[in-house]
Amino acid sequence: MSGTTGNVIEITGLSKRFTTGRGGQRRSVDALVDVTLTVADGSCLAVVGESGSGKTTLARILVGLEGADAGQVVLAGRPVAQRPRRAERRARARDIQMVFQDPNGSLNRRRTAGSAISEVLTAHHRVRGAELRRRVDDLLDQVGLLPAHARALPGELSGGQRQRVAIARALAAEPRVLVLDEAVAALDVSVQAQVLNLLAELRRVRRLTYLFITHDLSVVRQVSEQVVVMRRGEIIERGSTERVLDQPQHPYTMLLRDSAPRPGWRPRRALGRGEPRAEDMEAAR
Amino acid sequence: MSAETLTGVEPLAVTSSRQRRSGRGTVRRLGPLGVAAVVIVGLLVLAALLAPLIAPYDPAIGSVVERYQAPGAAHVLGTDQSGRDLLSRLLYGARTSLTGAAVVVLLAAAGGTVLALVATWFGGRVDALVGRLLDLLFAFPNLLLAILVVAVFGTGLTQAAVALAVAYVPYTARVLRSVALRERRLAYVQAAELQGLSGFVVTGRHLLPNIAPQILTGAAINFGYAMIDLAALSFLGLGVQAPTADWGLMVSQGQDSLLQGYPGQSLLAGACIVVAVAAFSVIGERLGGRRAGGRA
Repeated sequence: MSGTTGNVIEITGLSKRFTTGRGGQRRSVDALVDVTLTVADGSCLAVVGESGSGKTTLARILVGLEGADAGQVVLAGRPVAQRPRRAERRARARDIQMVFQDPNGSLNRRRTAGSAISEVLTAHHRVRGAELRRRVDDLLDQVGLLPAHARALPGELSGGQRQRVAIARALAAEPRVLVLDEAVAALDVSVQAQVLNLLAELRRVRRLTYLFITHDLSVVRQVSEQVVVMRRGEIIERGSTERVLDQPQHPYTMLLRDSAPRPGWRPRRALGRGEPRAEDMEAAR
Repeated sequence: MSAETLTGVEPLAVTSSRQRRSGRGTVRRLGPLGVAAVVIVGLLVLAALLAPLIAPYDPAIGSVVERYQAPGAAHVLGTDQSGRDLLSRLLYGARTSLTGAAVVVLLAAAGGTVLALVATWFGGRVDALVGRLLDLLFAFPNLLLAILVVAVFGTGLTQAAVALAVAYVPYTARVLRSVALRERRLAYVQAAELQGLSGFVVTGRHLLPNIAPQILTGAAINFGYAMIDLAALSFLGLGVQAPTADWGLMVSQGQDSLLQGYPGQSLLAGACIVVAVAAFSVIGERLGGRRAGGRA
């Protein structure tokens, strides 16, 4: 277990600023402003917010794809470097892995699903030959795929299957934490539900901790106990999922909640099917 | 299958599989004109390879009494001002013209690919530095750069080819950089990077194979341009030196004969260049279209 706190992720005062352009057009954007959060071992924290709120930057810093400007990240009891080098990333990858959003780009289209998984297996564990194949099959089985899928190219798999392969690839490193960056956002609803069920099952069986990044509040309720709401790089609200979604304190959270589709919700600009609209009836008279 | 049911597993499409990886798609993309171009290039390469076997005469040895012979039984395409057999010279000329261009294209593709991958992998300052270097090279007209190199290192096919390769690098590198950059942002590259794999492994295993089509099509387009530029250098007397047979040199040497009413040599060699260049351009454009990593 990680120290005495029972938190597998402890982030304190994390800040990150991106600068674009040069000279007179130099502009900077604060992607993260003094972000502090903890994730308890074995729990699931949802990070919600619209695009540009800094949630993906948070994920990228956490896994070591990006460096932070200020602040500290403690992962499984170990402080991690602000500007991660290769060896550092390698060590960190065994604690934390990421599943990316894009099911088209998350796998190399010229390499088979099996090779995507075995690449990670061989990067972190000394396995080869028959043992490697066995473990690839095993991982595929855990995400609900067949050994035959190992030989398929990404183009031959559906979006849901590709995302399952991406999850298997992340699990290959045997991490304690999985960062899911909009991992189900690109899937249609029925497939989304299947993948969410799979993730819940994997969390239970493997005792994983999830950082679940999403803009979709309806998904949040299904997967997470805790939630933080981000806006413009800052955490504006946090608490248990029930509390934040049912009694939001911050006006922005209310806005987010009210703009999410739910039963009875009707897109304003869509044409009503079957029943004529009031304007149309006016015109016909 | 066993009675066990796997929920949530869409059936694996087995039938769709390997077809996409066969050459059938490439043929469809080439179209009839493209296929014709491939056949022409194939014939040219064959001619170059088999020149010593099929050429009726020695391309460098002529006879004073056989100057300016019209096409006939003895000399199928006639002879030049030194009485050398034109068909033999064209066949041997294919060797120098094609190998010269091949050297240019190989060096330019290698240099451009390395620069593009280095720039995309390291990004930031390295990318900016590579960008500046390419701008600098862009500023030089190709032929001027080649003439400069030849002036310093002397005339010859090797010098001319190396100089042109340097001049072609920015065209290749610029396009490949943008393709590689788009690829680098994709999640699978990031997933590999996340594992702490080295830059060599990630670029070699993931980036390079995925930009290979652009490298190839760019090379095909560059091949045509390289032939033109090499011919121009030979024409100016800076590339291949007489008496070696070379199409560009033949166009140049045919000039005097042209004025005397014997246009055969210049026209035939010029036609060879035009046909070869057109064939390579068609192949390159059919394969890669505007996304090709070559000169535009």
